[in-house]
Amino acid sequence: MDLSFDLLGNALVSGLLLGGFYAAVTIGVTISFGMLDIVNIAHPAFIILGSYTAYIANSVFGFDPILSSIVLLPAFYLLGVAIYHVYDVSFERRGDASIRGLAFFFGLLFITEVTLVLTFGVDYRLVDAPYIGPSLHFGVIDLPLRLLVPFVVSLALIGALQLFMSYTFIGRAVQAVAQDPMALRLMAANPSKIKRIAFGLSIASASVAGAILIIIQPVEPSIARDYIGRIFAICVMGGLGSFSGTIVAAMILGIMESFTSTFYGPSWSPAVAFGFLLITLAIRPAGLFGRG
Amino acid sequence: MSAPLLQVEGLGKRFGGFVALSDIELEVAEGERLGLIGPNGSGKSTLVNCLCGTLRNDAGQVTFGGHRLDGLPAHRRTRLGIARSFQLPRPFPTLTLAENVRVPILYAADVKLGRIPADPRRRCEELLDMVGLLAKADRKPADLTQIEMRKLELARTMASEPRLLIADEAMAGLSHQEVDDILALLMMLNGQGVTIIMIEHIMRAVLAFSQRLVVLVAGRKIADGDPQDIVRQPDVVAAYLGS
Amino acid sequence: MRNLLFILLAIVAAVATFAAAKLIGNAYVFFAGYVVLQYIVLATAWNILGGYTGYVNFGTAAFFALGAYTTVVLHKTVPFLPLPAMMLVGGVISGVIGLGMGYLTLRLRGTFFSIATLAMAVVAQTLITNWNFVGGSRGAYIIRPASSPIFPGDYIQYLFVVMLLLSVISVSAARAIQHSRLGYGFSAIRDDEAAAEASGVPTLRLKLIATALSGGLMGMAGAPLPYYVTYLDPASGFSLSYAVNTIAMPLIGGTATWLGPVIGAILLGTLQQVATVTISSALSLLLVGLLLVGFVIAAPKGIVGWFTR
Repeated sequence: MDLSFDLLGNALVSGLLLGGFYAAVTIGVTISFGMLDIVNIAHPAFIILGSYTAYIANSVFGFDPILSSIVLLPAFYLLGVAIYHVYDVSFERRGDASIRGLAFFFGLLFITEVTLVLTFGVDYRLVDAPYIGPSLHFGVIDLPLRLLVPFVVSLALIGALQLFMSYTFIGRAVQAVAQDPMALRLMAANPSKIKRIAFGLSIASASVAGAILIIIQPVEPSIARDYIGRIFAICVMGGLGSFSGTIVAAMILGIMESFTSTFYGPSWSPAVAFGFLLITLAIRPAGLFGRG
Repeated sequence: MSAPLLQVEGLGKRFGGFVALSDIELEVAEGERLGLIGPNGSGKSTLVNCLCGTLRNDAGQVTFGGHRLDGLPAHRRTRLGIARSFQLPRPFPTLTLAENVRVPILYAADVKLGRIPADPRRRCEELLDMVGLLAKADRKPADLTQIEMRKLELARTMASEPRLLIADEAMAGLSHQEVDDILALLMMLNGQGVTIIMIEHIMRAVLAFSQRLVVLVAGRKIADGDPQDIVRQPDVVAAYLGS
Repeated sequence: MRNLLFILLAIVAAVATFAAAKLIGNAYVFFAGYVVLQYIVLATAWNILGGYTGYVNFGTAAFFALGAYTTVVLHKTVPFLPLPAMMLVGGVISGVIGLGMGYLTLRLRGTFFSIATLAMAVVAQTLITNWNFVGGSRGAYIIRPASSPIFPGDYIQYLFVVMLLLSVISVSAARAIQHSRLGYGFSAIRDDEAAAEASGVPTLRLKLIATALSGGLMGMAGAPLPYYVTYLDPASGFSLSYAVNTIAMPLIGGTATWLGPVIGAILLGTLQQVATVTISSALSLLLVGLLLVGFVIAAPKGIVGWFTR
């Protein structure tokens, strides 16, 4: 184990950049699980779907993956609305949300993964963009653009969502429905409609998250499962429903994974997030920023 | 003078910055009928939850039948003899009425008898008969009316053979006759030796039922004594009507 | 029906099944039948925690694979140990792990428990992948004995019989629990945990019992696997298809009773064996996923629910 400064420094920096990316990956679940209490464990599958749509846009049409993911936002939004509608009618209204809702999303996760395997096979796919190769150098610290650009896009995505939440009527209604659906009804807003919009946004975020994922690493259908643990670990650690909590928790996880990978080898990475989740759930389920 | 069945000393509970209960002192003697009243939000249900273990109190202590209840989970307290009916009835939806009543018989009643009752089914029927629901024993809770659900709730509470029964707004929203039915039921239970704390907004029921009245306002106890005296106290009247 | 009578009937059914398989004479029947029986055990085990108690376990693969890898370790250290003994060890280890994980997470809401089970599956897989003694990611080769130690016949027939007996045990146990005091406690927890507590049910203790039982049975179901496949690697041992199937089968068959998982396992298991051979294994998995979602939306009570009004 070589504790030289530049190894440490680089591990720290990559960890932070990775953390930024993890925040974008998680923000959708911060909305759906943290604010709407919908356990959408299929979210990583939609992210991978976003990766593949970016891949097609890039390899077939030559478009930049990030830009094409933004163009595809409405499509993913509509997908989210459709899924919420089925979920709402089948489970939420029947008051039967727990087991069957979970099984529903698990089924969706599975169906999406298998469909992607059938369509694209299990080979790794990657995209081509001018910022994937080069790095910036500051002394001994390397800043690969491959990580830096997703980091910036991620923060922009979360920033945009936060602005929406704070400054639009619908955004504030989403925050309200998270806290008190009855009060919302009394204010003449329909909680179902608000939740539908919020869930749509949650899935829309997967489009962008998927695009930056495939920039950072090659993608194949089964890696969705690696992200389930990371996403929920971050969401719980961040206090469920808190945007700033998500960012901080994502950074912490990114750094921890980066250090583990640098000093112990990458094959232990998947266990880091999950181990973290188990410990968080056991000790402080309200998370770092949670409402005790 | 024998020790009180329930003794509450300095009980406090906060939710974040909000103080729900502060310095509550209460004693209930065995066999007593206690009424607990107070405006909405005064902390009555929070007090019940703290007594029964659904919530943990932050300060003070509760002693029941000589046992300190600190930190005991709800099921242990039920087995010790405290039972409560929920304000909004919470029956087990996939079980029949008979099965609903059977659960506490199997898990709580054994304490009083020293063993699980020899014939749980007969005891189920007894309890359902007591509340007039025997005919619907094999139906599910979804088939019940509002007052029938309240009665089921009481039957289930009784099934655990409690020494102390806390009836949390068991009469809310019921008609005049239905209120009388529940009142009669509670009086009968008290006659069988069960200590009862009645939490209610329906004044005539509370006054008819209680031997002693306790008033909670904004998380504090402001009165404790004879019902007829209490309701004339200026601060009690003010709490309800505003000063 | 008394428990003893049911066990006897189940054993009779098992004997009849074995006799029928022998009569057909095709070795493939034993191969495919083993898988279906394995799923009967897995689905029944899952349903004890999922259907009866209301806590969804996504980490079936972890308990199952732990049982399988326990056998790998035992095979390398004490190969003379008879298979049933290995199964018991595998079951105990899985049960204890289940207990430990349950202790960490069962005090929280059901959804957190479910997420934690997913987490545990990945941690377990990572640990095994990094453990060279059992072959790590390269996998382990297990030599299958040539013939059955008990009756004349090949080893696959022996595995078939072992799994048949395990099915009888698990289904009988599930049925016995269903009608017992424990079963009432589980149902109360599933319906309304807070009300169950208020009724005197020791919810944490019962949930731990359900988790340990469920995990232990899954471990026992996984223990013979290395001898069945002769080559075991983490990717196949921890395959997500185990998780999906063990959830789909009870949900499709019906979660309220012991019969649902059995029906679901037989139907879905057979369907998949047929589909794998005729279409492709990926498509058959897709079919399972679609059926799961379809039933969960349209037929919440499962197939058993169609017959009980």
